[in-house]
Amino acid sequence: MTKSELVTNMLKSLGINLNHVFDEDVAKIQVHQNKVVGLHLVPGLKVTADELSDGIEAQIIIEKGKKIDKPIHICFGVLPEEGLQRVKLHICAEEDSKAMILAHCTFPNARKVKHMMEADIEIQPNARYAYFERHIHGPEGGVNVLPNAKICVGEKAEFSTEFELIKGSAGNIEFNYEVTGKAHSKTEMTARISGSHQDTIKLHETAYLMGEHSAGVIVSHIALRHQAKAEVENTLVAEGPYSRGHVDCKEIVVGDSWAKAVPIVLVKHPTAHVTHEAAIGSVDAKQLVTLMAHGLNEEEATDVIIDGLLNKKQSWQKILSENI
Amino acid sequence: MSKSILQIENLYLKFHDKEILRGINIEIWEGHIHAIIGPNGAGKSTLVSTIMGLPGYNPEKGKIFFLGEDITNTPIYDRAKKGLTLAWQEPARFEGLSVKKFILTGAKNKCHKKAEEVLEMVGLEPGKYLDRAVDKTLSGGERKRIELASIITMEPKLILLDEPDSGIDIDALQKIFTLLQQLKQQGITVALITHSLSVLKQADHAFLMCCGKVLDKGNVDRIASYFQNKCIPCNHGKLQDESI
Repeated sequence: MTKSELVTNMLKSLGINLNHVFDEDVAKIQVHQNKVVGLHLVPGLKVTADELSDGIEAQIIIEKGKKIDKPIHICFGVLPEEGLQRVKLHICAEEDSKAMILAHCTFPNARKVKHMMEADIEIQPNARYAYFERHIHGPEGGVNVLPNAKICVGEKAEFSTEFELIKGSAGNIEFNYEVTGKAHSKTEMTARISGSHQDTIKLHETAYLMGEHSAGVIVSHIALRHQAKAEVENTLVAEGPYSRGHVDCKEIVVGDSWAKAVPIVLVKHPTAHVTHEAAIGSVDAKQLVTLMAHGLNEEEATDVIIDGLLNKKQSWQKILSENI
Repeated sequence: MSKSILQIENLYLKFHDKEILRGINIEIWEGHIHAIIGPNGAGKSTLVSTIMGLPGYNPEKGKIFFLGEDITNTPIYDRAKKGLTLAWQEPARFEGLSVKKFILTGAKNKCHKKAEEVLEMVGLEPGKYLDRAVDKTLSGGERKRIELASIITMEPKLILLDEPDSGIDIDALQKIFTLLQQLKQQGITVALITHSLSVLKQADHAFLMCCGKVLDKGNVDRIASYFQNKCIPCNHGKLQDESI
């Protein structure tokens, strides 16, 4: 397949309208297995990419003081049934910069695909960096998704990331994110995942709020059906004076699925404050009968409730509808 | 002459060996507003839950007919599809579900315009509410009106409205009263469950319930007077078994 055919097929699998032509001022990076098949940059964005034998290694820099208004589109994909894609990312949002990345990962035909990501992300002082990652998997569940990221959020900088996998079979996901927040920084990490059949989901997210007045929120919303299982361990360590944090784990289990959630909060300064909530259970009975009194049968009502749990945050919803 | 839309015949229901409904007989007339009034613990909410067919509310004895059809063993969602629905005393919250999506879940016409129309009907500004989530950021009164909006989109034939005045302020209640009259003009039948005289007075017909039985039925003023003079003073609003 030519590069343009690969791009077309990846975008098609994501449900992106091919008639939609990205504007010239929209940056895009498209990677199929270990090949960069599409690259378009905008002022303020520097990208260098090396093809590895089993993936790519890329350096992405948002230059000092630059505000990239339109989201940067990144697409990673493996179209064949089998394959390995290892992605090494070095990302730096330099001082006072602002950028938002919409990343799509597509493995529509996967039977035996492994997607590994190792990222180090530096958000320098006063920078704002947001990363939304949406996965589209095929129905077979033959995907191993193994993302690892270490993020450093500088003074007065903001970092938010959201991982969404609500279409197709999750397969095996194991993710480890670790964030260190400096003074007056803000961190928000959200994962919304739907698992079914034999899917296995393991999330480990940790935020160290080291600086004074640093803030962090870790949210994971997971819905499981059939025999799917999930283990979530979200840790918030508040060490900086007046640091604030919250951990929220919500999981719905249906059928023979099971979930385990361990929110860990560690407060190391008397002025710091961290809260947590964890709720795991079947679909809420009151919600269920409310929807059934609207004429939905139990399965339809359960779907609506799960959709709600996994719903996008309003801000992302708006950005996505305007940009895809 | 109005025809009967709902008939309940000799309905009995037990919870943990305790009789909660004890031989209820009620007939509700199409296009009218009815009120079922009674003190706390009279069995009113149990009665509407049984009429709606909520899980666990299976009558021990008796029949429920809706539009002439026996629905005693019909699942809740099929009852809803036939035109029977319930607005809860305390509506559920749905985190992540937008007001628009919620109010259109059971709608016959699922268009955006319809969602706007019904929100306006219940006195809420569509621009401010459609994209909000049905969660704890809404007040009890707002959730109640949003639930009413959602059931109006179903174009039901009979709405069971449990304690419409609970947890809402006077302004919001007044809007609900206005809405009740609008629904009546549209030919929709309403059954209000209440222990409030102001709510009772919105009705055309009333039933007085106590201790799982219907004590009286008919004229609203007569039942209001009986409720005020006999029921309210009686043991903090609860009639004793022996007085029935």
